[in-house]
Amino acid sequence: MPEIKVTPLGAGQDVGRSCILVSIAGKNVMLDCGMHMGYNDDRRFPDFSYITQNGRLTDFLDCVIISHFHLDHCGALPYFSEMVGYDGPIYMTHPTKAICPILLEDYRKITVDKKGEINFFTSQMIKDCMKKVVAVHLHQTVQVDEELEIKAYYAGHVLGAAMFQIKVGCESVVYTGDYNMTPDRHLGAAWIDKCRPDLLITESTYATTIRDSKRCRERDFLKKVHETVERGGKVLIPVFALGRAQELCILLETFWERMNLKAPIYFSTGLTEKANHYYKLFITWTNQKIRKTFVQRNMFEFKHIKAFDRAFADNPGPMVVFATPGMLHAGQSLQIFKKWAGNEKNMVIMPGYCVQGTVGHKILSGQRKLEMEGRQILEVKMQVEYMSFSAHADAKGIMQLIRQAEPRHVLLVHGEAKKMEFLKQKIEQEFHVSCYMPANGETTTIVTNPCIPVDISLGLLKRETALGLLPEVKKPQLMHGSLIMKDNSFRLVSPEQALKELGLTEHQLRFTCRVHIQDPRKEHETVLRVYNHLKAVLKDYSVQHLPDGSITVESILIQATAHSEDQGTKVLLVSWTYQDEELGSYLTALLKKGLPQGT
Amino acid sequence: FFQYCLSGHPTLPCNVLKFKSTTIMLDCGLDMTSTLNFLPLPLVQSPRLSRLPGWVLKDGSTFLDKELKECSGHVFVDSVPEFCLPETELLDLSTVDVILISNYHCMMALPYITEYTGFTGTVYATEPTVQIGRLLMEELVNSIERVPKAQSASMWKNKDVQRLLPAPLKDAVEVSMWRKCYTMPEVNAALSKIQLVGYSQKIELFGALQVTPLSSGYALGSSNWIIQSHYEKVSYVSGSSLLTTHPQPMDQASLKNSDVLILTGLTQIPTANPDGMVGEFCSNLAMTVRNGGNVLVPCYPSGVIYDLLECLYQYIDSAGLSNIPFYFISPVANSSLEFSQIFAEWLCHNKQTKVYLPEPPFPHAELIQTNKLKHYPSIHGDFSNDFKQPCVVFTGHPSLRFGDVVHFMELWGKSSLNTVIFTEPDFSYLDALAPYQPLAMKCVYCPIDTRLNFIQVSKLLKEVQPLHVVCPEQYTQPPPTQSHRTDLMIDCQPPPMSYRRAEVLTLPYKRRYEKIEIMPDLADSLVPMEIKPGISLATVSAVLHTKDNKHVLQLPPKPPQPTVGKKRKRVSDDVPECKPLKPLLSGSIPVDQFVQTLEKHGFSDVKVEDTAKGHIVLLQEAETLIQIEEDSTHIICDNDEPLRVKLRDLVLKFLQKF
Repeated sequence: MPEIKVTPLGAGQDVGRSCILVSIAGKNVMLDCGMHMGYNDDRRFPDFSYITQNGRLTDFLDCVIISHFHLDHCGALPYFSEMVGYDGPIYMTHPTKAICPILLEDYRKITVDKKGEINFFTSQMIKDCMKKVVAVHLHQTVQVDEELEIKAYYAGHVLGAAMFQIKVGCESVVYTGDYNMTPDRHLGAAWIDKCRPDLLITESTYATTIRDSKRCRERDFLKKVHETVERGGKVLIPVFALGRAQELCILLETFWERMNLKAPIYFSTGLTEKANHYYKLFITWTNQKIRKTFVQRNMFEFKHIKAFDRAFADNPGPMVVFATPGMLHAGQSLQIFKKWAGNEKNMVIMPGYCVQGTVGHKILSGQRKLEMEGRQILEVKMQVEYMSFSAHADAKGIMQLIRQAEPRHVLLVHGEAKKMEFLKQKIEQEFHVSCYMPANGETTTIVTNPCIPVDISLGLLKRETALGLLPEVKKPQLMHGSLIMKDNSFRLVSPEQALKELGLTEHQLRFTCRVHIQDPRKEHETVLRVYNHLKAVLKDYSVQHLPDGSITVESILIQATAHSEDQGTKVLLVSWTYQDEELGSYLTALLKKGLPQGT
Repeated sequence: FFQYCLSGHPTLPCNVLKFKSTTIMLDCGLDMTSTLNFLPLPLVQSPRLSRLPGWVLKDGSTFLDKELKECSGHVFVDSVPEFCLPETELLDLSTVDVILISNYHCMMALPYITEYTGFTGTVYATEPTVQIGRLLMEELVNSIERVPKAQSASMWKNKDVQRLLPAPLKDAVEVSMWRKCYTMPEVNAALSKIQLVGYSQKIELFGALQVTPLSSGYALGSSNWIIQSHYEKVSYVSGSSLLTTHPQPMDQASLKNSDVLILTGLTQIPTANPDGMVGEFCSNLAMTVRNGGNVLVPCYPSGVIYDLLECLYQYIDSAGLSNIPFYFISPVANSSLEFSQIFAEWLCHNKQTKVYLPEPPFPHAELIQTNKLKHYPSIHGDFSNDFKQPCVVFTGHPSLRFGDVVHFMELWGKSSLNTVIFTEPDFSYLDALAPYQPLAMKCVYCPIDTRLNFIQVSKLLKEVQPLHVVCPEQYTQPPPTQSHRTDLMIDCQPPPMSYRRAEVLTLPYKRRYEKIEIMPDLADSLVPMEIKPGISLATVSAVLHTKDNKHVLQLPPKPPQPTVGKKRKRVSDDVPECKPLKPLLSGSIPVDQFVQTLEKHGFSDVKVEDTAKGHIVLLQEAETLIQIEEDSTHIICDNDEPLRVKLRDLVLKFLQKF
């Protein structure tokens, strides 16, 4: 039986270092190649030795697909392609291809230049890695090789995020990456057609959450920011440079405009202006409204939001600062956090999910005394708020996607085991499909039952559909044909054509039965009686009396001769071919019973 | 498999294919050359145009002098300009299922089709095609609606009247079909019927066909289309370019193995080299400006203008033109410049790489930033304050019959210092200039048409090897003005099938196969046997299900178990209801082995006689005779069913079933 095998090397019952191996119809595809923000040792990257111990990865993988530019989905890519060694194709959308190297470079700088790690990938490696990337359009069918094709669907989540369909013959898998089922201020909602994949691999970050309306969350967020600023406090919003940052910037920008507020809003330097530029150039990937109005007013040109300088952190008075990275695990956001943490007037708003081990995760789980480098203890007096602005689908959204795509099986990744368990039950109950949630390194095997596509000769098909079109024949028609199998090609043709193609001649098998009938009348009168009898019984058949004195029932021939010895007995010769076996056999039995009186 | 040809214009095609009971319209181009027969629409009252004399027939009758005016030796219709629509009578256009658009120039008739014919289908086009197409339509509607014309001439269209008119009015075709411009609500309604598609996206049509747009290299988002079933492939090539300008390069490889290739939209100026023309454009422009004159470039608001601006960007500093203002005047100038920057994915590799940096892909962003290029919605308003001469003005419409260009022709036509440079190839420049004669300004003709020329076509056809080529009749003979240039026509084997307006072609293709799916359980039940080395055969008896043009074969339902103890019914009730199909037989029966088998089954009195073609096997006691020949067996017996069935089964053992 054909199977699809799935092994997560990362993101199996976990969030971070997404990396899922899929084997489908003899093809091996790697989905995402991410890093884990919670680790600084070997565990930060997927264990690629699982794929092969000593061979080249290129020989084992047909392609690599990156769903979006977040580092937990692409952070290990240069390590994988340049240090472990992979030369095959890597697919991602255009915006991902544009933005991903910038985030990788940023990640490299923090790791190597700031933390002083060695044996990490270099800038050159990032460049070499990106040369292997093939950019894809939405909905474009990309033929990886003769059999393997992939297709990207819009996923929302961040600029350029995509879900991917992987298809070989009629077997297929859909991998969602991270997605968002509700449109927001700058992106549209994820969408997929009813593609009925054998397997849907979906993220499940918010497996148990059903979020309240976005409007409420936004109002809440604005209220908190406004209150803090009003009482002279400083607001720190740790974000990743691209994604939620733009969403929240648009939100604050419009609010500042409307309320005519004066407190400065800053965006931490470096990536930001560049980031907004990407949004302007890839505006076709944003939502309908922004695309429609961009000529009049480009939403990514901010009037109130200015570039941040490190010195501004010590300025007196209120301010709002967006700073990277989003989980407070390093860089500018962490520096500002350390400066402001001691003042209870200040506030930090965590707008997204934080991975275990990060400062963000610690303060969100209520820790107020943090051990920093050099055993320093940092006391957190500032207010800590969590607001889920990450653009992940919630439980409702995940169910909605399953309803849209109608998969035969579902597999959960990119979530926490406990929450997955709950969602798994819900999915199995509601959709009656099996749902899996393998841990890292654990292989799930799914048996598929693919149909076999065959070429049918139009003659045979037309013959059958023509029969099917007759109004009185409502029942499905039985079709008879010959399947010719040659060089892996399958063709269904009529038996006659099969014989002809194979250079064989038909062998005709014919039967002629002598049926004796007691009838003293003249031959032609007997024939007439037989004819009338058959006509009366076989109403649905074509019964004909031919000028030469014979009778036909369909293609069966009946002739009468006098018995050589007994004038009172007539001999009916009933002759038919094997193809009319049923009718011929029936006719002889019928005639054997004799003719009814009075005909 | 038919093709209905609704347009005779080779670069503004409109064809309808009927293929597998699907009706597909390929492009709906609008022939605007009809407007050349009309007087220009001036933005500002023009004393010259308003004083033109009415046209008088030879016999002195003046009944047409309101509708027709004489101007510098030509006769023009004094009315709102009208366009020549594609044929609407050749077939019922409400039956069209889908419309495939190849580029923004080939969709200008869309509102006439979708809003006036009862069309209920879907239109497919790429995003840049739709966005820029919308801009072209907006500009068109705007430039006609902003100059309300009281008069709408129709008398001259009367067949008996038209005969009396001078050429070219006398010879104008289908004047009764000419229509006034559509309105913005109609444009919006038409565009709302478009579904956006991306290159290499496979779009299923009713399960019967698959259509796929491919990059054609001619304009932003321009596409060729593949229309295919599982067995037949039709390629529709329309407006393609192999030159490296701004759009993504043409995808040629995917056109391979076509059964039919429909070829339209080749270059209209086969003898001009676009690169050379761009060079001439720049030098003429520089010369005029250096001498203190103004340059007028009648153009569309999108397309070649991006390339011209890019050339000028590289050229102006070296040519010492840094202080000369460039004006781009169109109601959609700003939108066009903005939109050009956001279609990174549809651009050539170099421009894509710029976006990755991230920088705007087109340098006109910098020209705007440095104030070298300024854009205005019209000559009214800000422009009149900023206007400085000498300058360069890009504006429409290239026909010189409407739009802001009319104003500049009137303004600058009298001075020989000024130059008008024609770059768009859609209109004959002499015809365009006719109502402005006599002109003192210089006229330079630098048509830039990047579409395929005949050398490229012949290379392309060799490369992709279609079985049949279909093209407009104009491409099967040299251009009328250069009848000796036999190189300016399509040359391929077999020769192309040509079409003309209002013709219906039967395309040479016969379908022989269809795709069907065999369900896994049915497949498991099949018993293949090897007939010849490498060829196996299995007989299939299955139930056919057809839904949405997809065919599936399933295991037949198990026959109901005969109920035990069922009473025998009367004979007539037992008529077999449907004939279960018996397989065909093949093979031959070796007489000796057959006789042995008979004996093994208890027939002791078997006698064999040789005949001319085979043998006769006699079972004497049973009065039965079996004629065996190479390709037939005939069992002749008394009405003894058990015996017959026994013999039948023995014979069948020696034969193969199909």
